[in-house]
Amino acid sequence: MTNGLLAKQREVAVPGEVLCKGMDFLPGQGTYRQGDNIHAERLGLVSVEGRSIRIIPLSGKYMPKRDDIIICKVIDITLNGWRLDTNSAYSALLGLKEGSAEFIQRGADLKQIYDLGDYIMCQVIQVTSQKLVDVSMRGPGLRKIKGGRIIEVNPFKVPRIIGKQGSMISMVKQALNCNILVGQNGLIWIHGEPVAEQKAIAAIRKIEEESHVSGLTEKMKDYLQKSASR
Amino acid sequence: MAYTKRIEGRGFDETRPIEAKVGVIKRADGSAMFKIGNTWAYAAVYGPRNLHPKFLQDPSRGVLRCNYNMMPFSSYNDRVRPGASRRSKEISMVTQKALLPVLNLDDFPNSVVDVFIELPLTEAGSRCAGICAASMALADAGLEMKDLVSAVSVGRVDDKILVDLDYSEEAYEDGPVADIPVAMMPNLGKITLLQMDGEVSREMIAEALEKARKVCGDIYEVQKAALKDKYPQMGNNE
Repeated sequence: MTNGLLAKQREVAVPGEVLCKGMDFLPGQGTYRQGDNIHAERLGLVSVEGRSIRIIPLSGKYMPKRDDIIICKVIDITLNGWRLDTNSAYSALLGLKEGSAEFIQRGADLKQIYDLGDYIMCQVIQVTSQKLVDVSMRGPGLRKIKGGRIIEVNPFKVPRIIGKQGSMISMVKQALNCNILVGQNGLIWIHGEPVAEQKAIAAIRKIEEESHVSGLTEKMKDYLQKSASR
Repeated sequence: MAYTKRIEGRGFDETRPIEAKVGVIKRADGSAMFKIGNTWAYAAVYGPRNLHPKFLQDPSRGVLRCNYNMMPFSSYNDRVRPGASRRSKEISMVTQKALLPVLNLDDFPNSVVDVFIELPLTEAGSRCAGICAASMALADAGLEMKDLVSAVSVGRVDDKILVDLDYSEEAYEDGPVADIPVAMMPNLGKITLLQMDGEVSREMIAEALEKARKVCGDIYEVQKAALKDKYPQMGNNE
């Protein structure tokens, strides 16, 4: 299948680069057709699946998506809820109704529930075309975050940090006896012994840096064993 | 006396040595460095992020904001007065207009992408170096772009058509001089910036643009290599 295909699977493509000549392939996400050629429309890895070519992004800011579970910071309190910083270009609104599983009395002091500067784990329930974001606290595991520390990672590396069915992150949790929550928006909360927190951060940075390496889980197993015993 | 030879024996179609690197500023969402001879440009991209003041927001697409700045010690002559000037404001504007045609900000209504271009050392061709650095930084920031933008200044000194003029050529006094900064989308072959200062004939412009087209293609290769260089081990696995 080399009819006009110029790009190789899993290779880095640069905006404008010609990926394919002729009509044998279809332009997928992150690509566009100009005349007979398919060009890359962003920086990323080439992925050829069947007859379609797409680009897997490597960098960029988080964009809120429905059903994502994210970690947010309370930046304002309004009449009917909280405004949250989502680590993206758009802030989210947490309505009173969605604010907690419990009933919130009319006229209650909202600061008592989530104060300015608090971090919370919430779920995106709606994103409009103008990027107005609504989030909810109703759902399993959604809660206010107390203690620990927050770090920021590239949101496109989050799936790698979590691993298949959470294999990677649970390995870090177990090895260092830390509590870790990973938000899809690239914010990660780590809570444990101060030294263990430091080690967990180092481990997560390592995963982020080497996310393209195959067999990273095995490598991280050794790394964590050494790191935990030090 | 006709202009016969360039400094350091450079050919008439030859640029000064070029060096490019991506990811030079850790805090930025995307960054790049572009050096062409003694003109150095650093570009940092922040965003898409919240845009204030609110009246600048555009509900249909994101806004691109460029800022071109020469550092006080960057010039060979007098100290450059820090802060915005008439010149830097104009160059910021033409940079923005040179980059906008490739960018797709439709997915980022009401937000802004900030591009800061800083020049620690300059010797002619600084707006072109700035545009080259900025387009690499925008790609590094993961934004949707139809193409990169490559830029170079071409021009005439006396009866010769030159590529990438340096300061001594821009300031040549024994004959007419024209300086033509050009920015292009190398893959699509379209021009996004075209300015001219000096005296030229129609034929000379056509010849100069032809040379600019070739050189922009070469610069694109340098930009491409720099972007790919940031992810060296990729593609070797799986």
